[in-house]
Amino acid sequence: MRIVLGAVAFVCSAVTALRAQRVAALRWGGDAEGGAPFVEASPGDPTRVRGFDVDIANMIARGLGRDARFVQVAWASIPASVERGDFDIGLSGVEDGPALRSRHAVTLPYFEFREVLAVRAADSARFRRLGDLAGRRVATLGSTRAYDILTAEQRRTGVVPVSYDDDVHPYTDLVNGRVDAVLLDHIIAERSLRRSGGGFVIVAAPVATGHYVGVLARSNAALRDSVDAILRARMADRSLERTFRAWGVWDDAQARHFGRILGDTTSAARVTSDAPRSVAAYVPALLRAALVTLSLSALAMLLAVAAGAVIAAGRVYGPRILRVALTGYVEVVRGTPVLLQLFVLYYGLASVMRLPAFAAAVIGLGLNYGAYESEIYRSALEAISRSQLEAARTLGLSELQILRLVRGPQALRLALAPMTNDFVALLKDSSLVSVITVVELTKQTAIYATNIGSWVVPGILCAAIYLALSLPLARVARRLERRWTIA
Amino acid sequence: MTSALVIRDLRVRLGARDIVQGLNLDVAPGEICALMGVSGVGKSTVLRTLVALQPFTAGSINIGDVALRAGPLPRERALRALRGRVGLVFQAPSLFPHMTALENVMLAPIHALGATRPEVERSARALLAQLGVASRADAFPHQLSGGEAQRVAIARALAPNPSVLLMDEPTAALDPARRGSLGRTLRDLAASGRAILIATHDVEFASAYADRVAVLADGVIVEAGPVALLARPSHDATRELLRFGSDDRESSAARRL
Repeated sequence: MRIVLGAVAFVCSAVTALRAQRVAALRWGGDAEGGAPFVEASPGDPTRVRGFDVDIANMIARGLGRDARFVQVAWASIPASVERGDFDIGLSGVEDGPALRSRHAVTLPYFEFREVLAVRAADSARFRRLGDLAGRRVATLGSTRAYDILTAEQRRTGVVPVSYDDDVHPYTDLVNGRVDAVLLDHIIAERSLRRSGGGFVIVAAPVATGHYVGVLARSNAALRDSVDAILRARMADRSLERTFRAWGVWDDAQARHFGRILGDTTSAARVTSDAPRSVAAYVPALLRAALVTLSLSALAMLLAVAAGAVIAAGRVYGPRILRVALTGYVEVVRGTPVLLQLFVLYYGLASVMRLPAFAAAVIGLGLNYGAYESEIYRSALEAISRSQLEAARTLGLSELQILRLVRGPQALRLALAPMTNDFVALLKDSSLVSVITVVELTKQTAIYATNIGSWVVPGILCAAIYLALSLPLARVARRLERRWTIA
Repeated sequence: MTSALVIRDLRVRLGARDIVQGLNLDVAPGEICALMGVSGVGKSTVLRTLVALQPFTAGSINIGDVALRAGPLPRERALRALRGRVGLVFQAPSLFPHMTALENVMLAPIHALGATRPEVERSARALLAQLGVASRADAFPHQLSGGEAQRVAIARALAPNPSVLLMDEPTAALDPARRGSLGRTLRDLAASGRAILIATHDVEFASAYADRVAVLADGVIVEAGPVALLARPSHDATRELLRFGSDDRESSAARRL
């Protein structure tokens, strides 16, 4: 009995200790893919992170008497993730804005960044302002303030925004001529300039200024207030300045910004940009994106059907060496992720062949699906009975005529149902091409959702559009199939 | 009159088996010859050899002025002349299911012979009319009865205007009334100068409509001559065939009762 009581007491105290430890840890979310100087995997120990946001998180945790624990999260998902309770505070170059403030508890702005233009050195004389880039492609990260600035500019002067999922490729694509400028935070621009060692210049006059903030769940305003107090104290005692200096991002603008914060007793930053736009404002953009999805899918499917037919014919009729080569192609394409294929096609081959993003998307998806189509056609061709082929031969038709007039048309009827299936799958897989800067329906929805801070309405709209695209297709296919099985 | 089809010393190997071991056969223009034998004796193989779907190991085949050589099958391009001279109607009609009856008949003249469409359509409709299925021209194969499908298949085989028509077990799927009608049609086709070789074990049909019979057993023709020989068989294989044929007839008569 005493042993049992002892065991229970031990378990209880262990649970209490664990709970105490959990309370003690400040879970903070950031994206190590964002890299230095924000958050990056430590070169000495890749399981640890470092960067000024890491130092700030540690500073806040110390001020709260807790340990800091890092939680990796994709940058664009930080606000949604903190609201879900995945961590207590998000710190990773999170941009202040009205949408963020309307949905979440936001700390005081701890850093002031400038949105700066980067252009190729040769263009530095003619591209000095955003207005000089009418009709030109300007790259940035999707779902950022810079992207919002570019879309507003698109309506005004016809600048063409190009959205990337990372902040490295905009600059490499600038250097190799795929885009004419990049608009991003000056920290990112300067880092990229150091890395690339030239090839472009940063336009000195900023396009806009913005602030990095910490983001917390809306219900967590009490913790936010404690964090604000800590940040203000670290600004006052200059430890925040030392951190920024250590990471090479301190400048006069920060000094002026800190002065304003410390002189101002209300923590809410003055927000100058316009309020979150309504649902109606996003519908035209979604419909345009749906058109991109549809045309991309249709073109890719066309290519897939053509490639599939050629591969299948080669595998059924071709000499051994061709059959082996085509089988190898099919297996490699089917055995590797389409995402990887898109990356290789767009970025990997950029030094040899500079494909426009849309063309790369069509080719990447088309050749990928072509491998699947070829398997469908091959088995359909092989399903046509020998007596049909022999009857055609005794009539004096050539092999090519037999394929075109007898075997192909019958195989097509067999292939129709799986083909429709593939086209519907392709329609949805086309969302993958946002990684190579094509803004299609899913990407546009993500941008919309980030802007308004909710996935509910954008998600429903997006799903409705996908269904509106795929359901008629399935119906047409069913009708054709019915007609052909009778015939 | 010179023969339309001349087979000399034909040897065919099917897998490990020598299924035809020195076959000799002539068919003259205007003549219906019945190649007879029990099931599995190799009648279909002989027909397939005559249209170069099956290679043969020795002997010779002459169809008009076209000669086929022993050895591997020649390339399809080299068979152009043969294809125009001999038509084969398979046991199962093997019509192309995605085309109408008329399109099935028009396919070869347009694509293999390069004739013009209006001209081909005229003669295709005439052929369908000659075979009694003019009204079914626009029907798809699955809409045709077995007898109609066979007639369309005959029309399709005749469309390139071959001098030799081969038919594999033409009466297998027909009831007695349709057998008679098919027989009369074949007589008409022969009367227009075609040589017709039918592979069959249907003694009744052969007796009624063939000019000559050749009985195939153990890879050779064991007995050949005017159709009257079926009344006085001299070889055991022929007698067996007659017994088998009459059994067949009795059992099918029994089924009808």
